[in-house]
Amino acid sequence: MVLDLVPLWTILLGLAVFYYVVFDGFDLGVGMLYGLAPGDRSLLMNSVAPVWDGNETWLVFGGLGLLTAFPLAFAIIIPALYFPILIMLLALVFRGVAFEFRFKRPALRRFWDGAFCGGSLVATFAQGIVLGTFIQGFKVDGRHFTGTSFDWVTPFALLTGLALVFGYGLLGAAWLVLKTEGDLQEWARRAGRVCLIAVLIAILAVSIWTPLTNVEISRRWFGWPNIALLSPVPIVTALIAFAEWYALTHRHELTPFLGAIGLFLMSYVGIAISLWPMIVPFHYSLWQAASSESTQAFILIGTLFLLPVILMYTAWSYWVFRGKVRADIGYH
Amino acid sequence: MTLDPVLLSRLQWAWVIAWHILLPAFTVGLASYIAVLEGLYFFTGREIWFRISGFWTRIFAVSFGMGVVSGIIMPFQFGTNWSRFTDATADVLSPLMAYEGLMAFFLEASFLGVLLFGRRLVPTWAHFFAAVMVAVGTLFSSFWILATNSWMQTPQGYSFVNGRFEPVDWIAIVFNPSFPYRLLHNVTAFYITTAFVVLGVGAWLLRRARAVEEARTMMRMALDLLILIVPLQMFLGDQHGLNTLEYQPAKLAAIEGRYDTVQPVPLTLFGIPDDDAATMRAAIDIPDLGGLILTHSWNGTIKGLKEWPPDQRPPVAPPFFAFRIMVGIAFIMLFVAAAGQVLRLRGRLWGCVWFLRLAQAVAPLGFVAVIAGWITTEIGRQPWTVYGLLRTADSVSPSLTGADVALSLALYVMVYLIMFPTGIAFMAGLVRRGPQQEEPQFESIESGRPNRPFETAARTGAE
Repeated sequence: MVLDLVPLWTILLGLAVFYYVVFDGFDLGVGMLYGLAPGDRSLLMNSVAPVWDGNETWLVFGGLGLLTAFPLAFAIIIPALYFPILIMLLALVFRGVAFEFRFKRPALRRFWDGAFCGGSLVATFAQGIVLGTFIQGFKVDGRHFTGTSFDWVTPFALLTGLALVFGYGLLGAAWLVLKTEGDLQEWARRAGRVCLIAVLIAILAVSIWTPLTNVEISRRWFGWPNIALLSPVPIVTALIAFAEWYALTHRHELTPFLGAIGLFLMSYVGIAISLWPMIVPFHYSLWQAASSESTQAFILIGTLFLLPVILMYTAWSYWVFRGKVRADIGYH
Repeated sequence: MTLDPVLLSRLQWAWVIAWHILLPAFTVGLASYIAVLEGLYFFTGREIWFRISGFWTRIFAVSFGMGVVSGIIMPFQFGTNWSRFTDATADVLSPLMAYEGLMAFFLEASFLGVLLFGRRLVPTWAHFFAAVMVAVGTLFSSFWILATNSWMQTPQGYSFVNGRFEPVDWIAIVFNPSFPYRLLHNVTAFYITTAFVVLGVGAWLLRRARAVEEARTMMRMALDLLILIVPLQMFLGDQHGLNTLEYQPAKLAAIEGRYDTVQPVPLTLFGIPDDDAATMRAAIDIPDLGGLILTHSWNGTIKGLKEWPPDQRPPVAPPFFAFRIMVGIAFIMLFVAAAGQVLRLRGRLWGCVWFLRLAQAVAPLGFVAVIAGWITTEIGRQPWTVYGLLRTADSVSPSLTGADVALSLALYVMVYLIMFPTGIAFMAGLVRRGPQQEEPQFESIESGRPNRPFETAARTGAE
């Protein structure tokens, strides 16, 4: 063994998935809120129009990262999630093309409005189901998934699906607070508060449910000395929740978005602590599912060169479209 | 009849990729075209380049958006339906696919935002730069995905351990024997496809006497490119054929419809292949010519399919017919490109109604040729996913039932039948609108007014 690249790939993949969740999360959230918003809804769509497809490509990066660094996990998890992934992809297709199609045909406007909002909702719910199924683990024999294509239908997975809907809703509302003004911004603040309460209830429910159903996870969190060492996780989460409420009720514009990211980060850390070091819960660890060293090294070279460039021009794109959203810049 | 998950997964793969490939077939060429137009505008400052570029950029946006969303589906297919293929090949193939994602997808998607929406926000040079980056991104995209496909056709640089491929030499993996030919043949095909669309749209505008100056410029540019790259493509296709003869002789035998090894080799122009009887019915042959075309020698020989056991032969009919469609289209294209140049030299092009009609009629032929070529090469590879080493039947996800795949296929069919016709109709609408005299400033605001009309007006005035 020359150099163990698994920890590095774990971090890179973890960051890519987190980036996707936050960034496509807010534009999916804006999509869901689009169905409820009053007044000039074009502003909602235009607030994400220049960045949504860049955000969505991180889903490909997450998928390809899993495939490249941990192919065994990809070959087991993806077939196990056959229908949630199918539904998610088709929903993303619908909402993606709705951006383009909506502005042209007044007759079909309502259909594509529905596709944009409904597609966002279904895609988000499916992603939540993916998360819940992942936490619960998979039936595996040898190198293959051996369950059925409907193993994901569980109460827990439906709960995480619902949780993610409100989570992305919170991100979307916080994004709108940042990008809009006046009445629409006030409405976004109210929507954000509703989502925040629902998200907190969901976080609490998942935090109780997971250790109750899994002895290993329960021992990890509540055994001594872990209970002391890990206590900052719930405490910091609670503090962020209070700050988020405050920011949504006062004149802050950027803080709600940062707070929402903070809540996602803490939930993400919590799940990582529960499952570590499993990438196929509860059968294969990150090291067992890893691709060959040569494979990981080959793609790492390109990643280390290109990732900073990608992040720089992504930042540039956001910089170009900074400030409050303008009605005249969007899809024609 | 029981539902076969392998057959249905193949149908599903064919369905999603056949639609998807239409978009890169168009956008790879169009991205380069837009970059050229933006460059001409940047260096000459003439408004006409800006107008033509704006016209095509709007169409590009729609087709690219559809390409992104239908492209996101593709990598997940490897996991959902082909998990055993993935498990076996991921150590070799996954970095190539990941490089595509890294280099291309991001380059395209991120700079596209600036290209589409940044016209009034960034200086001209930055807009030109964004256009170039989008074009470069589409080419890198082609590079890596065709490296992946080519390795499946002509694998090398690996070791085969416990039924899994392990990488040994990355240069050998990427630059596998069929890759250079496939890459050049494909990218040229994409450029030709785009050029015929540009030619057809130019002809359509001209016949209606709309945006005449722009339409003539489009047609001139398309014809100048085509007279160079259509013959080039025929040469590249011939070279690709020689490569196939060397590395995938069974595929070549299927393309030629040759069941028996004979010498000298006739050229079968047409026939009805019968795989069960291993014979070509109603064949129309030209003696000796097959050997000359395929091996570039009068007494060359190629192996017939009977040299392989029946379970290692590809079905003949799809590659046989698809190949003939592709080659037939190539000759039509050559005629159109040459006729256009002749008419232009005689100064009769702009008033020549039959040619303008013909240019319109042949506009979609590039897409047909791309699909035909893809059927030729992919079905010709059967019954393998990795040629000679991993069978298609051993590549599918073991947990899937036929009913699962039937359901997912039905959903893909339904969604694509809504999405693609709408997209095509939408692009046709953009074409009908034609190039605009001026960039429309506020026409996108159906539902209200600009938030700050005075400030926006002031900014516009300052431009």
